[in-house]
Amino acid sequence: MELVQIQRRLVDYTKSLFMEGFLDAQFLQLQQLQDDSNPDFVFEVVSLFFEDSEKLLNELTIALDQPNVDFKKLDSHVHQLKGSSSSIGAQRVKNACIAFRNYCDVQNIEGCLTCLQQVKQECYLVKNKFETLFRLEQQIMASGGSVPTIELGF
Amino acid sequence: MDSCNCIEPQWPPDDLLMKYQYISDFFIALAYFSIPLELIYFVKKSAVFPYRWVLVQFGAFIVLCGATHLINLWTFTMHTRTVAMVMTTAKVFTAVVSCATALMLVHIIPDLLSVKTRELFLKNKAAELDREMGLIRTQEETGRHVRMLTHEIRSTLDRHTILKTTLVELGRTLALEECALWMPTRTGLELQLSYTLRQQNPVGYTVPIHLPVINQVFSSSHAVKISPKCPVARIRPAGKYMPGEVVAVRVPLLHLSNFQINDWPELSTKRYALMVLMLPSDSARQWHVHELELVEVVADQVAVALSHAAILEESMRARDLLMEQNVALDLARREAETAIRARNDFLAVMNHEMRTPMHAIIALSSLLQETELTPEQRLMVETILKSSNLLSTLINDVLDLSRLEDGSLQLDLGTFNLFAVFREVLNLIKPIASVKKLHVSLNLAPDLPEYAIGDEKRLMQTILNVIGNAVKFSKEGSISITAFVAKSELLRDSRTPEFFPVPSDNHFYLRVQVKDSGVGISPQDIPKLFTKFAQTQSTATRNSGGSGLGLAICKRFVNLMEGHIWIESEGLGKGCTAIFMVKLGIPERLNEPKLPFMPKVPTNHGPTAFPGLKVLVMDENGVSRMVTKGLLVHLGCDVTMVSSSEECLRVVSHEHKVVFMDVCVPGMDGYEVAIRINEKFTKRHERPIIVALTGNTDKVTKENCMRVGMDGIILKPVSLDKMRSVLSDLLEHRVLFEAI
Repeated sequence: MELVQIQRRLVDYTKSLFMEGFLDAQFLQLQQLQDDSNPDFVFEVVSLFFEDSEKLLNELTIALDQPNVDFKKLDSHVHQLKGSSSSIGAQRVKNACIAFRNYCDVQNIEGCLTCLQQVKQECYLVKNKFETLFRLEQQIMASGGSVPTIELGF
Repeated sequence: MDSCNCIEPQWPPDDLLMKYQYISDFFIALAYFSIPLELIYFVKKSAVFPYRWVLVQFGAFIVLCGATHLINLWTFTMHTRTVAMVMTTAKVFTAVVSCATALMLVHIIPDLLSVKTRELFLKNKAAELDREMGLIRTQEETGRHVRMLTHEIRSTLDRHTILKTTLVELGRTLALEECALWMPTRTGLELQLSYTLRQQNPVGYTVPIHLPVINQVFSSSHAVKISPKCPVARIRPAGKYMPGEVVAVRVPLLHLSNFQINDWPELSTKRYALMVLMLPSDSARQWHVHELELVEVVADQVAVALSHAAILEESMRARDLLMEQNVALDLARREAETAIRARNDFLAVMNHEMRTPMHAIIALSSLLQETELTPEQRLMVETILKSSNLLSTLINDVLDLSRLEDGSLQLDLGTFNLFAVFREVLNLIKPIASVKKLHVSLNLAPDLPEYAIGDEKRLMQTILNVIGNAVKFSKEGSISITAFVAKSELLRDSRTPEFFPVPSDNHFYLRVQVKDSGVGISPQDIPKLFTKFAQTQSTATRNSGGSGLGLAICKRFVNLMEGHIWIESEGLGKGCTAIFMVKLGIPERLNEPKLPFMPKVPTNHGPTAFPGLKVLVMDENGVSRMVTKGLLVHLGCDVTMVSSSEECLRVVSHEHKVVFMDVCVPGMDGYEVAIRINEKFTKRHERPIIVALTGNTDKVTKENCMRVGMDGIILKPVSLDKMRSVLSDLLEHRVLFEAI
């Protein structure tokens, strides 16, 4: 495809991610921090996030599998995940984490399990989205263009 | 023979006569001498005697008379010429004095007589004064009785006690045989015997109120003597003795409404009670004036006391009623609060519960859209997506509306491009309008500023809603949108008298008019347009769908923006015009680089404000640590990262100017670290500035931070500009306290 079309596609795609609530303004902040001295900043942060989140999700699954669930540990893990997701602007993951924390507070195991599922699903979704995003970016870079920045008008 | 000069009346032949004369003369002399002596003696005894001179004169007169008679004694026998001379002298003196006395007595005797009259007069006067004093004493006694009675009556506010006390005290003061009080019945046609003095439980003995004697008593404010035989006085069984005199007096029963400030109470509307007082039978006592006065005064006092008691009863009743109402209101309020809280909880939960599956549906259907689908499947998926978007909007609307009503919604003010908003709305509307073959035209006035300060999202929502309605309700024709700055003449619209926009230097009023040629609205439906869930009943509108919330929400947004929205229509089939005005701010200077629509250059565009500033970042969370580091590196700082408190304390040195620590991670005590850092660096200028990064700024967190000696709090997530401004503030003032 032509460079302009790919760029257009990237912009539209990114916009749709914002519209659908996958990302929020924090992600834009991240993009601002990316510059010539730090060209892969966003990619690095997002990858770190996914590593982190995978580990945390595993921990959470194990913790919820125990006969005596340690809600404090659960809470701290979810807190971590929430912090990470809000740092990169993964809004839906963050919201799911908030809900998860509420259930932890009231020590509702059923609720926690449901939330865990949700968080996993959200992480999976947003990971897919990011992968598409990065693929598009790579295509642009490969064609020799520059990644267009996002307009906030929506 | 020689004639001798001496008279020789020798014992005349009548010896006996001579003898008797002689003796009488002697006794006369004696008496005449003793009378003055007696007088002197008695006058000396008496204290006051004004006529001493008269006494002397009288005394002299008597003494001389006595002397004369005494000397006469010698003239019976032969007596010498000397004796005759003495006799003559004495007689002459006597004559003189007695004449003088006689003359004086003419003056004296009337005086003496008048003394007697005066004495009589004084005696009468004394008697009269005695009487008067007796009267005054009785009056004073009466006055004392009245005061005591009044005091007794007024010391209680209980009606029954007042009346009973009155009767008892009156009976005692006036020594009455019987005292009775007749009260008017509820119907007002009869008087009922309510209280008596001697009889313990008066039977319900009634008397019709319109008897002539009763009328006579009621029409006079004085106590009136009545016959003992009239019905109100025949309370006691008839004895064989003469009944004593009876007096009756009226007791006004005053009500609060009787006291008008400007006039005296209306006499005609008053109700009276009748008080009947009977003197003891067979005592021959009469009613004295002062007793009647006493009775009248007491009757008045009783009236006042009764009205006070009545007023007090009323006010106590009112107060009890108020207390009951208060309790009920309190209960109602608590119930309402509980209901509101329950509703809010419900909404919060439902919101989340509803949104989550909605998002799942929308997300997955959009994902599905991107996969390989047959045309029928694609159509189905698109329908699913459209419906779920609609549902999502509805949920958002409902939540927004309830938040709007709570007043908990606040505008997100920011600078935005006004033209872009309109263009965006137009872009969204164009597809639908072209399907319906409606022509849409946008007219932006030349003096409309390009940028404005306001809540962009909600303004767009409002414009979209209004234009959307115009499109929805028009089957054909055109829609014209005009936007301009409202000038002051236009600001006061006669149709909206309650809207008083006040233009000022940093604000302007944006006026948007959307005119359509659709079905129009009948005038009686116009007021209902902005009420929630109300829809016009015509079938045309019912088929168009919608929940009826849109305009209500718009109105609330517009109100929040200090504006006004209204719709005009000439009637059904004549189209309608929706007009709204909102207050927007004018941005002072041209936009900062962070504003959209300026193409961002993906190079280091911000000034490296803090070259080489040594900063320490402590955060357990890897991702957020990396983000914070990225921020600070972008600003040119030299960042050291640590992930635990021990490492932080080990690494921190006086070279580090700022320490950022995350305090919202449970289990890692950022506060402890802050205290330790404070201990480590005793000199203030060596100590690095400590800033807390946290996810919530509730009071507890703030207090904790202040307590441990932190210099500031920043709320995560941190934007680039926020970090920049925070650092500049900190380094300039060395203290921040809070940056949201």
